[in-house]
Amino acid sequence: MDEFWMKIIGFVATVLLAFVVGAVYGGLVRKIIARTQNRIGPPWYQNFIDILKLYSKSSAINHGFMQHIAPAMAITASVTVLMFVPVLTGDGWFPWFENLNFKGDLIFLVYMMVFGSLGMALGIGQTGNPNAAIGVSRGLSMMVGYEIPFVMALVALMVQTETTSITGLMEYQDQHGWLMFSSPFAFIAAVMAMLGMFHYGPFDVAFAPSELASGPPSEFGGKYLALMMTSGSIFAFAKLVLFVDIFMNGASNLIILVIKTLVLYMIPVLYGAVSPRYRTEQAIRYFWGWPTFFGALAIIFAIYY
Amino acid sequence: MPNDKNSQKIVDMITGFARSNSLFMLAYGTGCGDIEIPPAMTSRYDWERFGYRKMATPRQADVLLISGYLATKTLKRVIRSYEQMQEPKYVIGFGSCTINGGMYWDSYNTINMLDHYIPVDVYINGCMPRPEAVMSGLFELQEMIKRGDANGAQKYRENLEWYRANQKKIIKNWKMPDYNW
Repeated sequence: MDEFWMKIIGFVATVLLAFVVGAVYGGLVRKIIARTQNRIGPPWYQNFIDILKLYSKSSAINHGFMQHIAPAMAITASVTVLMFVPVLTGDGWFPWFENLNFKGDLIFLVYMMVFGSLGMALGIGQTGNPNAAIGVSRGLSMMVGYEIPFVMALVALMVQTETTSITGLMEYQDQHGWLMFSSPFAFIAAVMAMLGMFHYGPFDVAFAPSELASGPPSEFGGKYLALMMTSGSIFAFAKLVLFVDIFMNGASNLIILVIKTLVLYMIPVLYGAVSPRYRTEQAIRYFWGWPTFFGALAIIFAIYY
Repeated sequence: MPNDKNSQKIVDMITGFARSNSLFMLAYGTGCGDIEIPPAMTSRYDWERFGYRKMATPRQADVLLISGYLATKTLKRVIRSYEQMQEPKYVIGFGSCTINGGMYWDSYNTINMLDHYIPVDVYINGCMPRPEAVMSGLFELQEMIKRGDANGAQKYRENLEWYRANQKKIIKNWKMPDYNW
């Protein structure tokens, strides 16, 4: 019974940690983008104020049932993804952060990471806003683009380490060093896929501000938008921790985790801050070009090396 | 609207702080005043450091920024945008044209006093107001939100018949959905 309650406390603590760190990263990103544009930028806690304000707004619009539960589906998917990613490993400060891992969770995660976007797409379809519909079709096309190199990189890792579990990957890395160095092509493919996954920079075709009127969330105001922002913060953190886990052997305490995730997060952010937006077909062609090539190279490397 | 109960005052303080420091703006840029918004947004005056942000849809916005004169044709769109916004919502009248018609005061196709059609919380005077004036108007709005004075939406709900009568005087073919906000 004691262990059960420890697990529950661990889940709540993980979600809180993910939200706080994700929202702080969001604020830092706004600050960094502002600095690259020679502005001062908002304070780092601006996202918390925004979310608090949005939760205190009324939400008197209703387009139907799917629209009502779409943000809830998004946050469910984010929290579920987070539950299956080991946040901290070993005997760190919080030994209960290993969550719900099981064998084969990497394949499960690949499916689960799409679930939130698909739920949102269903809900957005009900609002009937043409901008939102265009945004959804762009976002799903982009997903077809970046999922291919990402899955290829994961398959290469699975072939190389002969396991499909994240904890298994980390045990492999304990013995053989970081997979980032022992499987470099997979890392390159995954990082290039990550550029699209975070929707920054040249790949912000789905949310295209000033082109699509903020895209998919354009009919969602007030508490819906607050839920979506919360979900986005948690999901960004979960994705970063997943990357750190499978390529950089996770982190044993909070400071190392923050350093590793922040360094990794700066790749899409800084690339995005200086890049203009692609068109959708350019973005997809990008992902089916070099990233897919590196993914194929990674699989060949993993089989024959 | 501020609450009377003492127990609610702390809630008012927190929501007032959050609302005043995170203003999402929907700039209704049909008037000439909208040209003063880009300098206020970009690196010279950078209004994002106070938490202001431009939003593209009325669903997500808190502040409706009416930048300059309104033709009788665009008034309909402004009213629709305003009624789709979620409470609490505020309106800023920008430039002389929204106050008394400005240089278009005797024009046949512009409205003169914006306050007769939608409730305005803050006016920014000038033709054009410079970015400093825009920022000072927004600071004034922040102070009003903190004090709980910026309750234009409530005024609109209470005096809906008066506003509707004024609007229908201008918009002859009134085919608008009723929003139950």
